[in-house]
Amino acid sequence: MKKPVLDIKDLRTSFRIKGDYYAAVDGVTLTVHENEVVAIVGESGCGKSALALSIMGLHDHKNTKLEGQVNFGDENLLSLSRSRLNKVRGKDIGMIFQDPMTALNPLATIGRQIEEPMDYHMKLSASDKKKRTMELLRRVGIKNEQRVYEQYPHELSGGMRQRVVIAIALACDPVLLLADEPTTALDVTIQAQIMDLMKELQNQMKTGIILITHDLGVVAEMADRVVVMYAGEVVEIADVKELFENPLHPYTRSLLNSIPSNLEAKEKLHVIDGIVPSIQNLDREGCRFAPRIEWIPEEDHEKNPEMHEATPNHFVRCSCYKTFYFPEDRVGEREYVATNS
Amino acid sequence: MSLLTVNDLKVHYPIRGGFFRKVVDHVRAVDGISFELQPGETYGLVGESGCGKTTSGRALIGLNKATSGEMLFEGKDLAKMGKAERRGYTKDIQMIFQDPYSSLNGRKNVLSIIAEPLRNFERLSPKEELLRVQELVARVGLNPESIYKYPHQFSGGQRQRIGIARALALNPKLIIADEPVSALDVSVQAQVLNFMQEIQKEFDLTYLFISHDLGIIQHMCDRIGIMYRGRFVEEGTASEIYNNPQHVYTKRLIAAIPEMNPEKRFEKMHLRQSINEEYQTEYNNYFDKDGRMFDLKKISDSHSVAMQ
Amino acid sequence: MLKFILRRTLLMIPQLILLSLIIFMLAKAMPGDAVTGAFMGNPDATPEQIEKIREKFGLNDPWYQQYGRWIGKAVKGDFGQSYTHQQPVTTLIAGRVENTVLLSLFTAIMIYLMAIPLGIIAGRWTDTWADKMIVTYNYFAFATPLFVFALLMLFLFSFVLGWFPIGGTVDIRIETGTWDYVVSRAKHLFLPVMSAALIGTYATIQYLRNDIIDQKIKDYVKTARAKGVPEGKVYTRHILRNSLLPIAAFLGYEITGLIGGSIFIESIFSYQGLGQLFLQSINLRDFTVVTALVMIFGTATIVGTLLSDIILSIVDPRIRIE
Repeated sequence: MKKPVLDIKDLRTSFRIKGDYYAAVDGVTLTVHENEVVAIVGESGCGKSALALSIMGLHDHKNTKLEGQVNFGDENLLSLSRSRLNKVRGKDIGMIFQDPMTALNPLATIGRQIEEPMDYHMKLSASDKKKRTMELLRRVGIKNEQRVYEQYPHELSGGMRQRVVIAIALACDPVLLLADEPTTALDVTIQAQIMDLMKELQNQMKTGIILITHDLGVVAEMADRVVVMYAGEVVEIADVKELFENPLHPYTRSLLNSIPSNLEAKEKLHVIDGIVPSIQNLDREGCRFAPRIEWIPEEDHEKNPEMHEATPNHFVRCSCYKTFYFPEDRVGEREYVATNS
Repeated sequence: MSLLTVNDLKVHYPIRGGFFRKVVDHVRAVDGISFELQPGETYGLVGESGCGKTTSGRALIGLNKATSGEMLFEGKDLAKMGKAERRGYTKDIQMIFQDPYSSLNGRKNVLSIIAEPLRNFERLSPKEELLRVQELVARVGLNPESIYKYPHQFSGGQRQRIGIARALALNPKLIIADEPVSALDVSVQAQVLNFMQEIQKEFDLTYLFISHDLGIIQHMCDRIGIMYRGRFVEEGTASEIYNNPQHVYTKRLIAAIPEMNPEKRFEKMHLRQSINEEYQTEYNNYFDKDGRMFDLKKISDSHSVAMQ
Repeated sequence: MLKFILRRTLLMIPQLILLSLIIFMLAKAMPGDAVTGAFMGNPDATPEQIEKIREKFGLNDPWYQQYGRWIGKAVKGDFGQSYTHQQPVTTLIAGRVENTVLLSLFTAIMIYLMAIPLGIIAGRWTDTWADKMIVTYNYFAFATPLFVFALLMLFLFSFVLGWFPIGGTVDIRIETGTWDYVVSRAKHLFLPVMSAALIGTYATIQYLRNDIIDQKIKDYVKTARAKGVPEGKVYTRHILRNSLLPIAAFLGYEITGLIGGSIFIESIFSYQGLGQLFLQSINLRDFTVVTALVMIFGTATIVGTLLSDIILSIVDPRIRIE
């Protein structure tokens, strides 16, 4: 069994909206092991970004309440002082952001920005820092590193900037990388390059990675294990092969069926009824996905949906997965007609 | 007869420089593209940001001025028309924009948004107008009462359907859809794409579908043109492009589509690497000495490639 | 860079010509002319005599000839003769430039000394009591007319408390060059500078506060925090660099703006500067002085714009000048 690096227990992140707190991350428990890529996947509003920000302490401190535990090493990151947390951020945990166009300081040179975390976490001479930076730049696939070192962000293309962002995250040899939609803002071919680069680096450095994404294609290409989130909760956890071969939760199955590239051309895509509820309007009782699969009878859902180990290491929330079916697969059958009349 | 024929369309922007801000060069946003749209088909224009696909779409609808070339709509050249004459054709060609959040005027309610093209082109009594808008709103699957609401009261998918209702108001023949679902979540994307296919049959529409997402293009389009640096590198039917890509850039794009089977991910990674090598070694077959694409050459009735 | 400055400087020529034309036309359009001014209060002058003098000074020539003569001399630094002061306009202005430059320079320094820290505090600690106090002060500074505030200051600190002189630029009894002279100048400068500065800070504070609030939610700030940069350094090394940049660039506008804008302050404190001269000359219809001053204020604005552009291109790497 691999050693756990990050152990999140019942994390609840609530935002204050007009005086009241609403949980965006609502009791998430998950473990990341060393040398493991865990993808957290879900659509906007599912709480995956709030989860990432909570782990790093990057949330808006004034209007956010964090409960639960984020155990890293032998410390709970949620209870650390800010200065103690700063000893962990950038050193043991590196973060890769979504948009390379805005993630870099426009007024500082690339070299400066990569060296900055070393200032705080490593005792290196100026020349050693520069040497290390050059090496990092080469490692993320930048060939003319001497020049790039002196350049400003606006002088680089989006793909190059994302490589720089990765270099910053790797600057102090982290044991865990937090990648928040690292390829979403990039062009298709650049996205492929960055995915391949991250896979390669992960192979070399054996870091654990939390990959936050909405793109199931990126998940299939990169993840070892997948965590599917819906409305603030984890609804399914499985190894990547298992998840794509044998998805169980109705939400996972619906999502997979709504992607065009999964189907033959011009076939109808699956549409999930209704919309993702906002955190204020979310009904927190019972199965949260139930309102979007109304043809599934109420008694098939649990009152307090729990995670079940359906097959070894494959967890799914609520019992509704057992009887779930797509109405379009049963057109003409009685029960479908009955629920829709 | 084809509905739209584009011949050697160019859109150039001047670059000014030097002491007197003289025009020293041009940005060749679109640098000589030609294609035809057959009535009822969906033609996909694919490429990465900056390849000129959006500029081409905007030139067709008159939002960008064409520097040269022909745009024959039902045999008449849109590029040569004056403003007044061209206005007559805006009825037939409508556009759906990428961002459903900013392409609708937030201060107008749905009724005025959808009625705007009607007010510009058709003289309807307020009652007729209301009926027509209600019909359209119902057709795009929204509650007819929602016509008095404002854009911010709708979700992204609903907003995009309002945009489609506006585009449909004048019974157009051609709809230019510029990344219509890029800003939407996957499940909402599916909704809008299904819906676009439904109305295509119902209203006998022709689509020019502009996107960077090859999965969506494959799903939606009959024929596809691949653009790179303002020019076409390859054109063909969907299956020709996806199953038998010829140009190294097309191959690269296709290989960049994430592999949905986790067991094949390393295979895919190696495929990408070998294509990158081909890009390096065979460069001269695909680009001339100035780094420009060659002209398209037919390799079958429907498939052409920009190779030497 | 040099090419840019040269190009912009050359572009100033048509701007200046246009400016001078407008000023000349406006001066012509005003009721009365130099002769009316010169003979004001002299009831013995007959219309014939006046007409003769008009002819002699070329005041009956077509406008473009008059303009040509005026601009030709102006380029050489000769703006004609002031009728009320009976001395060349150039000498008159030269005697006062130093006073105004001193006043604007110190006002600008005081504005930045107060506004930058206040703006930073308000922007960094938004919604704290400190921020609320600064914002309240800002509302007052914005709402209070400068001349009202300056009069209040004058009343309170000079008349009531007697801490500062009531007006002027220096105590004329003190010999130039001595330490006492410097002290006297400082004493005379203090109230006008503080009045203008206390009221003049609002734009900078407001701008800085808003910009810091904008900057601190930007992604690059998240990147900095994710690197483990301590909070104080997140501000000094990242946010402030970005927020202070436009303020540095605004320096050019600000200083030249103050040169033209010191009219009220100089008049209220009887401070012998260009602004006071400007107001006096308007009242006395000393148009040669007025046109010369407007020309100077206008030129200062154009130069200030250029200065701002140059500063911005130096401090912001994204703006590259070929």
